[in-house]
Amino acid sequence: MTPPVVELSDVGRVYDSDPPVHALRDVNLRVSTGDYLAVVGASGSGKSSLLNILGLLDRPDSGTYLLDGVDTTRLDDGQRTALRGSKIGFVFQSFHLLPYRSAAENVAMAELYRRGDRTQRARRAEATLDRVGLAHRVGFRPDRLSGGERQRVAIARALLGEPALLLCDEPTGNLDRANTEAVLDLFDDLKEQGVTLIVITHDDDVSRRAERRISIEDGRLSEESG
Amino acid sequence: MKSPLRPVLGVRDLFDEALAGVASRPLRTVLTMLGTIVGITTLVITLGIAETAGNQIAGRFDAVTATSVTVRVPGQADSGRPPTVAWDALPNLTRLNGVRAAAAVSRPDGISDARVRANDLHDPATVTDRILPAVGTTADLPAAADSKVARGRYFDEGHIARSDRVVVLGSSAAQLLGVTDLGEGPAVFVDDQPFTVIGVLESTAGSQQHNLDTAVLVPYTTGQDRLQLGVPTAVLIRTELGAASLIARQAPIALSPGDHDSLQVLAPPDPAALRGGVQHDVDSLFVVLGLVSLIVGALGITNVTLVTVMERTGEIGLRRALGGSRRHIAAQFLAESGVVGLIGGIVGASSGILAVVAISIGRQWTPVLDLTLAAGAPAAGAVVGLLAGLYPALRAARMQPVDALRSGT
Repeated sequence: MTPPVVELSDVGRVYDSDPPVHALRDVNLRVSTGDYLAVVGASGSGKSSLLNILGLLDRPDSGTYLLDGVDTTRLDDGQRTALRGSKIGFVFQSFHLLPYRSAAENVAMAELYRRGDRTQRARRAEATLDRVGLAHRVGFRPDRLSGGERQRVAIARALLGEPALLLCDEPTGNLDRANTEAVLDLFDDLKEQGVTLIVITHDDDVSRRAERRISIEDGRLSEESG
Repeated sequence: MKSPLRPVLGVRDLFDEALAGVASRPLRTVLTMLGTIVGITTLVITLGIAETAGNQIAGRFDAVTATSVTVRVPGQADSGRPPTVAWDALPNLTRLNGVRAAAAVSRPDGISDARVRANDLHDPATVTDRILPAVGTTADLPAAADSKVARGRYFDEGHIARSDRVVVLGSSAAQLLGVTDLGEGPAVFVDDQPFTVIGVLESTAGSQQHNLDTAVLVPYTTGQDRLQLGVPTAVLIRTELGAASLIARQAPIALSPGDHDSLQVLAPPDPAALRGGVQHDVDSLFVVLGLVSLIVGALGITNVTLVTVMERTGEIGLRRALGGSRRHIAAQFLAESGVVGLIGGIVGASSGILAVVAISIGRQWTPVLDLTLAAGAPAAGAVVGLLAGLYPALRAARMQPVDALRSGT
């Protein structure tokens, strides 16, 4: 049987401050391959802390986190970095595109720290741009792209190498309504293609498009039915 | 449990990333390079000019003086003793490797210069009367003194063997005595004894060095018989280039094996030491300037790279998110500062070499540049860049990806 892509068991995260902040409390979550899941919550609810732990950018203080069957709590920093690079694709609110690189070069960066054929990298990047509908923008630098196009370049970068998990942090936060719709349509397509998606958002319209809705409040998760 | 691989970054990828990073801000990169360029240029000019000038000075010195050795024979109080240096001792000297020519001379001190008269050929009633040094010499004097016969000839072994009454005049002596044409076989009277003038020497650096321009030169046998010139007072030696120091040590023993300590040798300073001295003087002045410029350049690179690291915090976070390790982040910023230093070094070395060539052409010198300097200067620039980038690179590597992603856009 295929293991879940994400399996959080009793995960807790406490920030050392005065008084200490319990950002996550006994979080349990299973995400299977092909799931499209939205995490919603107010500011300060623990969304970012959950994203950082899911993205292997931070370590939990308690509990275990299995990513694609690998117990990440036992890995050292270098192993976690390698696992992050190979299993997780990130989509950020502010796109994080390098302004001095073309769209294709920005996408190809996703494979920079992985073993692989250098010459094939550019070809795969162009194919992935085609997959998000930007085949005509391959050589464009970010400053010549619209906000929606920039986010689609970022999604293409996250998709390169077929990661086990696409982790999106407020992906429509900097987009207008039309571009938001275009990005959400793209997420629907990716869901159809079997991509596992977790979208962190505070926008109900965005979360309603997801297959599963998880609410987070004061560091505790609860899944909304239906 | 599956064990994930370590993240990797190929060398070509690393340099591609570094070049792209450096090229993304061209004006800033050029300004950052300026310190390194100035430092390396100064160093290359300093070392190049020092070497060129040293070579030039040593070259001139070599040509005129470095092949001349003079052995002075002290005067002998006891005229009954055998001479310290005998006239027939020269073959022992000329056998030494490195001796091109040698001549012995007997020159009285200034008080006993001879009275020399000459009759004007066109107006015999006009008599020119001068007090000039009469010098007895062996036949090889022109070669040994680096002089030349301007007109006529120098006397030979035959003249010496026969004690012929012939003279060769120095250029100034000929002028003073009005001897201009040797065709008529002019005569001069030295201490009232007639001598035929068979040649006139040209004035050269060598003849000036040995005070031959005003001399009346006679075969040493003739000088002994007729002018009371005695034993050799000096031996002039012309050596091969670079052999002067060695010959200066060997000549006294060859000339007077039993009493070589009493001989006084005048030899040029070692050309290599002279060149080294010149280079050292120039080097020590300007190498400090070059190094100060390089340090300023390095501080410039450090400052700008630190600013760049702060500006690219978001990029650092992104690279960490994409699987870049701390080592990769450090390597990239080090490579960028190394590339800046390397390009600065190449531009600096090229500018320095061009400046050395231009200065040399202006001065009509032969430019001399050490190839290792031309190759080493860019490497030095790269090392400066790497050292300067060390601290900013470590700062970048220490950033937490979460913080970097949050603070950078």
